[in-house]
Amino acid sequence: MKEKLTSLWQKLFGDSVRAFGVVSLIFLVSLAIAPAKNFFSEWRHYQHGYLRMIRNRSDANTLQRHFQGGIQQIWLPELGVVDRCTSCHVGLKEASLTDVPNQPFRTHPVIPHKLDQFGCTVCHRGQGAATTLSEAHNSTLAWEQPILPAKYIESSCGECHRGPLPGTPQLNQGRSLLSREGCVHCHTVKLPNGSTMKATDDPPSLSHIADKTTREWVFAWLKDPQAYASTSTMPNFKLSEDDARDMSAFLIANSTPQAGDTGTLSAKPSADPVSGASLYGESFCASCHAVQNAAGNMVGGNVGPELTRVGSKVKAEWLQAWLKNPRAYDAGTAMPHYRFNDGQVATLSGFLLSKADSDFLANVHLDAATPEQIAHGKRLVSDYGCASCHEIAGIKKPENFAPELSRVGSKPVTQLIFLAGMPHTLPDYIAGKIKQPREFSPGLKMPQYTLTPAQIDSLTTALLSLNDRSHVLPPSLAVAATPESDYQPAGKAGKLMSDLACFSCHRINGHGGDMAPDLTWEGSSVQREWLVQFFKNPGTLRPSLIRRMPRFNLTDGEVNDLTDYIMTVYQNPAIDRDSMPLSGYSQGQVELGRQLFYGKYSCQGCHIVDSKTDKGYIGPTLTHVGSRLTAAWIYQWMKNPQSLRPGTIEPNRAMSEEDARALTAFLISQKGGGKSPLLAKGARNGAPAQEVAKK
Amino acid sequence: MTRHYQAMVSLVFAVLAASLATSCSRSAAVSVIVPKPTAFGAAIVELSGGKQTAQTGSLLPQPVVVQVNDAQGAAVAGALVEFSAVPGVAFVPPNGLTDSSGQVTTNVSLGGMAGRYEIVASTSDKSHKAIELNIEEIALGYQQTLGRLLNDQYCERCHNPESTVERVSNFDNLEVKPHPFTEGDTLNKISDADLTAIIGHGGPALSKSALMPAWGNTLSKSDIQALISYIRAISDPPSRSAGPVYAKN
Repeated sequence: MKEKLTSLWQKLFGDSVRAFGVVSLIFLVSLAIAPAKNFFSEWRHYQHGYLRMIRNRSDANTLQRHFQGGIQQIWLPELGVVDRCTSCHVGLKEASLTDVPNQPFRTHPVIPHKLDQFGCTVCHRGQGAATTLSEAHNSTLAWEQPILPAKYIESSCGECHRGPLPGTPQLNQGRSLLSREGCVHCHTVKLPNGSTMKATDDPPSLSHIADKTTREWVFAWLKDPQAYASTSTMPNFKLSEDDARDMSAFLIANSTPQAGDTGTLSAKPSADPVSGASLYGESFCASCHAVQNAAGNMVGGNVGPELTRVGSKVKAEWLQAWLKNPRAYDAGTAMPHYRFNDGQVATLSGFLLSKADSDFLANVHLDAATPEQIAHGKRLVSDYGCASCHEIAGIKKPENFAPELSRVGSKPVTQLIFLAGMPHTLPDYIAGKIKQPREFSPGLKMPQYTLTPAQIDSLTTALLSLNDRSHVLPPSLAVAATPESDYQPAGKAGKLMSDLACFSCHRINGHGGDMAPDLTWEGSSVQREWLVQFFKNPGTLRPSLIRRMPRFNLTDGEVNDLTDYIMTVYQNPAIDRDSMPLSGYSQGQVELGRQLFYGKYSCQGCHIVDSKTDKGYIGPTLTHVGSRLTAAWIYQWMKNPQSLRPGTIEPNRAMSEEDARALTAFLISQKGGGKSPLLAKGARNGAPAQEVAKK
Repeated sequence: MTRHYQAMVSLVFAVLAASLATSCSRSAAVSVIVPKPTAFGAAIVELSGGKQTAQTGSLLPQPVVVQVNDAQGAAVAGALVEFSAVPGVAFVPPNGLTDSSGQVTTNVSLGGMAGRYEIVASTSDKSHKAIELNIEEIALGYQQTLGRLLNDQYCERCHNPESTVERVSNFDNLEVKPHPFTEGDTLNKISDADLTAIIGHGGPALSKSALMPAWGNTLSKSDIQALISYIRAISDPPSRSAGPVYAKN
């Protein structure tokens, strides 16, 4: 071996001339390595491929002219971006290359941003400075941020855009789930603007739970909340029989009675299913509460809890007191105070109590709780962090109960523990953790949620947007969210409006729900007499809507207080209610308006003025609009509907003064034949929702 | 020296062997386990889940359900159905045996490119000949998604004849019927410029019904472009300007 090496050495370097030749040769070869490496580089291969591809196209000359060879780079020092992706992705900016099936030569889809201003990795992640496919797209030892899968791409929008965007439904949904599903009760999420994400759900207080339900129900609920109500957002803590027994023992023993929680009525709960169902329908309970029907479909809204098996849950006395005045048990509830009389409470409570499932508690048999069990239950209630969501007397809300998620979207992959067989990427980790948290370790406290795969993707998207870049972004690039308004009306009417929970459905000055119309300018919009009648007997303006305004049995005094407040306070400064009369328009003008209505503007496509001929179902029915709206409002609405109600779907027709005036004259003449529209149109007592809808 | 050399050689071999072993075990984890069929059918039909739309890369709202039948048209239980498509499309599960009613259900996530995806559900008959069924799904990019949202808000209640619980269709109430956006036979013949004019200036701009109002003061230019890109994306038969179809060869 050694001899062979020696002879080889002799052959190459024995002679000084030969040695010089050999060294020169080695030197030349090593010099050639760099240009050869460059010549055979991946990006050059793609650029050659691109040139070959465009050669046969009809727009070859244009594309050829746009083409620039060599390594391309987008450098954005402000964002810390050095992106060389366009060295291989040559066709991104060519509008005509949409018919190329795949990257790297296809046009970038249309987005609101320019490539030169944002680069690639701001949205797609990956390693921008790399010039080979594997280093740019995959994670390497030195770079663990691979390309973001397409389904999470909206997370990158959320780095700068802190509020909801029209084009990012998944991000918007994920963010709202974070606050609605209770994630932020346990996990702190500090937003880049310094505020902390707030929960929008309102888990009930458990301090008086024994007034409301039995220990058996609490036990069954703790074991499996979805067995009681499949739409419940309470997660499953996968408790053992013993743990659920002890926790229910503690919660019931810890509960204190509250005055007004239970009541005894003169009338017993009546078991008349027909009048019960009709009162349930007439009060539009289904606008907020869902019930599973015989076919297994959920019917109703999701503002309040599902009522499919409510009779197996609540105590009769509590339910009656709740229906009488929900605010006695829970001052902040979204449920309106309906002002039912005793007879109605008896009818409705009887109807709801009949919604029971005899199987649900059939196998629950609990012996009286021992003090040890109660003490153990208390420890478990603290350990599981129940007080993070629920108010529980004697237990403080824990702080920093779960890991903070403010920058979870930049969490280093090396710090994560993956399940076997799971791809080692951050999005997969987050989605996996939301899907089955206990799989990661049986001792984890995070409970099992009931989320659809689409919801899990949305949540993952929202969490990925909470990353380092979102926190260190130059302020000029951040697009702030519209701050949440905490508007509260003042005085007597304000108290009445909280009592009736108007804001659960209506929005005023940026505060409130979106189920019912925005009332910010209601005082400029409607006539006083109509509003008074509407409060007394709310009819429907839109025959195709399922959700409606319920009747609250208000006293005349209450109606007056509300009407006065709305008519004086909710005024649009651009509208002078009295600037246009409610009658006295010339016949010619009314006729011109009619022609415009049915001809040029074809409003009958969406509205009904003559219920015999018109069929439009989209906008409100206008048969009585002259008794409902003010002329000044109609005129302004014709000119620009969005100026009065941003987001309304009525198109802005850019009408001339004359057209708007004539249409106003025509519409204000639709008085509905003197009779109150509401009394004429249905919504009588006792008529079920479906029947009213048909009329 | 020799000893060192030998040690180095064995080290190199060890490293090679180890890396080979890991790469083998990795590929083993990725490979799909295919169950053994207990029966064979003669035909495969789509029950539901075709022609859905979803954002690029995301899950279709409804699962795809196919059924395997025998020559007489009766459902076959225990037949193997495998789903496949271009790389980037994911199926959960990617295959399965038909249940007692002859059905297999899979959840489909579309690829990252906007366009049409042809997915293939295949089963084999007694002679092991493959029987294939093509199902088309539509992936929407950013612009088309924006268009879909605008469609849901402004257009659909007249242009979609189907009603849902939350949205009663106004289609039947209109004297002149609007074109459903899937009506490719008509809409594909209308140029982008004409569609822009109809949406922006209303039906009368092209001597069509005034029941189609002008949206030009309500929707921005980019909104209208987004709507058109959505209309092109969902039209049936497909519009040529919607781009390529992603089919498996």
